Amino acid sequence: MLDLTFEPPKPKVIAGAKHDWELVIGMEVHAQVSSRAKLFSGASTTFGAEPNSNVSFVDAAMPGMLPVINEFCVEQAVRTGLGLKAAINLVSAFDRKNYFYPDLPQGYQISQLYHPIVGEGEVLVELGEGIARMVRIERIHLEQDAGKSIHDMDPNMSFVDLNRTGVALMEIVSRPDIRGPEEAAAYIAKLRQILRYLGTCDGNMQNGNLRADVNVSVCRPGEYEKYWETQDFSHLGTRCEIKNMNSMRFIQQAIEVEARRQIALLEAGGEVVQETRLYDPDKGETRSMRSKEEAHDYRYFPDPDLLPLEIEQTWVDEIAAALPELPDARKARYMSDFGLTDYDASVLTAEVETAAYFEAVAQGRDGKLAANWVINELFGRLKKEDHDITSSPVDPAQLGGIIDLISRGDISGKIAKDLFEIVYTEGGDPAEIVEARGMKQVTDTGAIEAAVDQVIADNPAQVEKAKANPKLAGWFVGQVMKATGGKANPKAVNDIVQAKLGL
Amino acid sequence: MSDLNKLGLAEARDALRKGDVTSVELTEACLSEIEAADALNAFVHKTPEIALERARAADARIGAGDAPAMCGLPIGIKDLFCTKGVPSQAGSRILEGFLPEYESTVSQQLADAGAVMLGKLNMDEFAMGSSNETSVYGNAVSPWRRGNDDTQLTPGGSSGGSAAAVAADLCLAATGTDTGGSIRQPAAFTGTVGLKPTYGRCSRWGIVAFASSLDQAGPMTKSVRDAAIMLGAMAGHDPRDSTSVDLAVPDFEALLTGDIRGKRIGIPKEYRMDGMPEEIEALWHEGAEMLKSAGAEIVDISLPHTRYALPAYYVIAPAEASSNLARYDGVRYGHRATLAHGDGITEMYEKTRAEGFGAEVQRRVMVGTYVLSAGFYDAYYNRARKVRTLIKKDFEDAFAQGVDAILTPATPSAAFGLGEMGQADPVQMYLNDVFTVTVNLAGLPGIAVPTGIDHQGLPLGLQLIGRPWEEGDLLNTAYALEQAAGFVAKPGKWW
Repeated sequence: MLDLTFEPPKPKVIAGAKHDWELVIGMEVHAQVSSRAKLFSGASTTFGAEPNSNVSFVDAAMPGMLPVINEFCVEQAVRTGLGLKAAINLVSAFDRKNYFYPDLPQGYQISQLYHPIVGEGEVLVELGEGIARMVRIERIHLEQDAGKSIHDMDPNMSFVDLNRTGVALMEIVSRPDIRGPEEAAAYIAKLRQILRYLGTCDGNMQNGNLRADVNVSVCRPGEYEKYWETQDFSHLGTRCEIKNMNSMRFIQQAIEVEARRQIALLEAGGEVVQETRLYDPDKGETRSMRSKEEAHDYRYFPDPDLLPLEIEQTWVDEIAAALPELPDARKARYMSDFGLTDYDASVLTAEVETAAYFEAVAQGRDGKLAANWVINELFGRLKKEDHDITSSPVDPAQLGGIIDLISRGDISGKIAKDLFEIVYTEGGDPAEIVEARGMKQVTDTGAIEAAVDQVIADNPAQVEKAKANPKLAGWFVGQVMKATGGKANPKAVNDIVQAKLGL
Repeated sequence: MSDLNKLGLAEARDALRKGDVTSVELTEACLSEIEAADALNAFVHKTPEIALERARAADARIGAGDAPAMCGLPIGIKDLFCTKGVPSQAGSRILEGFLPEYESTVSQQLADAGAVMLGKLNMDEFAMGSSNETSVYGNAVSPWRRGNDDTQLTPGGSSGGSAAAVAADLCLAATGTDTGGSIRQPAAFTGTVGLKPTYGRCSRWGIVAFASSLDQAGPMTKSVRDAAIMLGAMAGHDPRDSTSVDLAVPDFEALLTGDIRGKRIGIPKEYRMDGMPEEIEALWHEGAEMLKSAGAEIVDISLPHTRYALPAYYVIAPAEASSNLARYDGVRYGHRATLAHGDGITEMYEKTRAEGFGAEVQRRVMVGTYVLSAGFYDAYYNRARKVRTLIKKDFEDAFAQGVDAILTPATPSAAFGLGEMGQADPVQMYLNDVFTVTVNLAGLPGIAVPTGIDHQGLPLGLQLIGRPWEEGDLLNTAYALEQAAGFVAKPGKWW
């Protein structure tokens, strides 16, 4: 893999009324584990099922029901940890986080406070060519999701849907290494990309399968560097946690709005109170959800229904050995093996499906040409119709076929675009289409010569002009191309025109 | 045969297999005794139809030559076990109207082994109590009396209904559960045998949880042999309970040789409590002598952290209970309080739980919530866990020195009168568990064996504590003690 050298980006600076401020951001990302069954029960995790249809006796917390760990979810957490270059804890344990809410049937969430399954790791967040932030991961733990309370269906009653209750989540906790709203969005995007490459979370933010709690504080320039040297949080400002964000746009807005609120407060001589806040995108403001005084006392304690989770190093090694190539490595390979630009390699590796598509096209072909066709022709066309790569009407074999025809000189670039449009809208094998519709480029010099001779014979005046001004040879080439319906090989035409005109 | 209900499991099994009696006859005998024993308030929910149906099925199996261990034997099930389609309320109002759609692993295994369920047995609410007085059904009454004194006595708790039913021959045996002594103390109070297996030996799946790290189901029977038979049917690995252990279940009955020659029996000096009645002290001494006469070696041992066990237990058990009982919130099943106009979710929780839980359960939920709360967690819960580790180590050290079993009193007194502890400080009631909680904290098997009668004519029991997973060996030592003690007293029938 290429060693990517990079420089860290500049932190976002907000000018207050009195002086400048910098932002410090840490994130807790809740990623739903891709698994068909829940974390501690066999119930299905299918999205969009009838309310309360994916609920086992365990999920509903019926008396005497007991949790049993889903080994696949553990494997997914380990895989995620390895993907984030994190330490895997061979012994971890589950704790109960106690609070009352109707969508939490047990009256506690099973989580991992004291001994998480994954320890420290890192994520490289690129913000431009040669600019990237290394965000440290503090820990990843497994925990149960809660159900859904619905308060707006009836004026007097609330409803509860337990389908989501007990679904496995990974909480990925970063250090306060993120320094601005754009970085925050880039961090989520990078995390999402890695999780999707790993297949451990589908990253669907709209369905809430990836959501974040964002911790925001502000400090004066220079203070963060002191924190960095000492890891002493007292150099940083008091943070507020903005809960449950599942849109990149709103995350950025909320950070900006919250930072400005804190700055205004501090500059007016006030103090930031550590609390949980909610972002209201309609009003463009954050609101206090509960203060520290009202904060729950979760009474965490080890869950006595579950033994400590012990895993074998050999098992971890097996998972590590089967780990797919991750975005950074894949991008570096595209740059070194295919000679792609940083930008093209980034575009092609952004989504795991796109990368897979590209590789299928590039296999045994010119990588740069393949990249051009995927990025310019295919993406452009897909975008026009709001398709994504997974619903592309042109499959990699078809696009590869088009490229092969170009490479063999069977068709010109211009014809190739027409061919692509036909394949896109009508389907079919490109080589057969070219054959059947007579789109093949004419490389038969005899035929081209005859066409050139004809044009020369028909235009004696132009011949004289061209002999005086060789630039006019292009006119003859154009005429020949027109006469052959664009199928003549332009280079061959050019060569013959030059020779016949004696240029 | 007459008085079929008075048979034990082994005798009844043998008679069934010989064809001397049918399961239907046994079951009908028990059902008619139960009908005439409402004064004991042992059965809180009778299931005669299920009983007779299972008895007929058992007779058919026996006739076909397929008679597993418990085939055709009528037993009672503690109300803490969820039984499919049959009320399972854990003695609490909060589970009013709750009909499980599932069967606990233990009661299912018993049913699979052919056992006949007669009904559900009274207990302290959520198994929290030592006298059966916290039950929403009102207390069960011991069939025993102090001579001609008609003061009603406690059958003990929390498995008081089970103990009363077995002692009064309303059933051949019963299931119990034991979190701090809830099988062994009632067994000792009623002259019956009560075994708490090693933690993890019996599945907890489908048993209403009190304190998950301590709860364990076990048999309550008329003899040690019966306990061996019944444990065999109750025990075994269950993948639905992560704390259940995947170990083969031996034929416990086959291990009952009565030969304990060369076994080392430890007598822990710390169990000699101040103010312990002389009769208990004497009984303990006699028990040791009996085992010695049977060829065992008696050795003095020390379990130095014993005195911290009760306080540690009364931190850990309520802590776990406060969390385990959070699910009883009125949202999905059981009792829900009628709400006033404008009441919200908080009022629903508060009113439901205030109405649904009795005073003792509320006390323990509050204690448990307190010891887990921020700022107190280390001082109480964490310290209690450390004590628990030390207590466990005490036992490990004793076993490492070659001790095979430990002999202690089962209870600090004989059964007391109902209501006698009513006015007392709750801690007085908790002291009933002083000899039994250490065993739960250490996860060990323990058995109460009736060994003597006190001056009032009430039964007294001794406790034997065994090595983990060595229930077979423990039962054999208990069997030798039972043989030597020759306890045959039965309560006079007054009900």
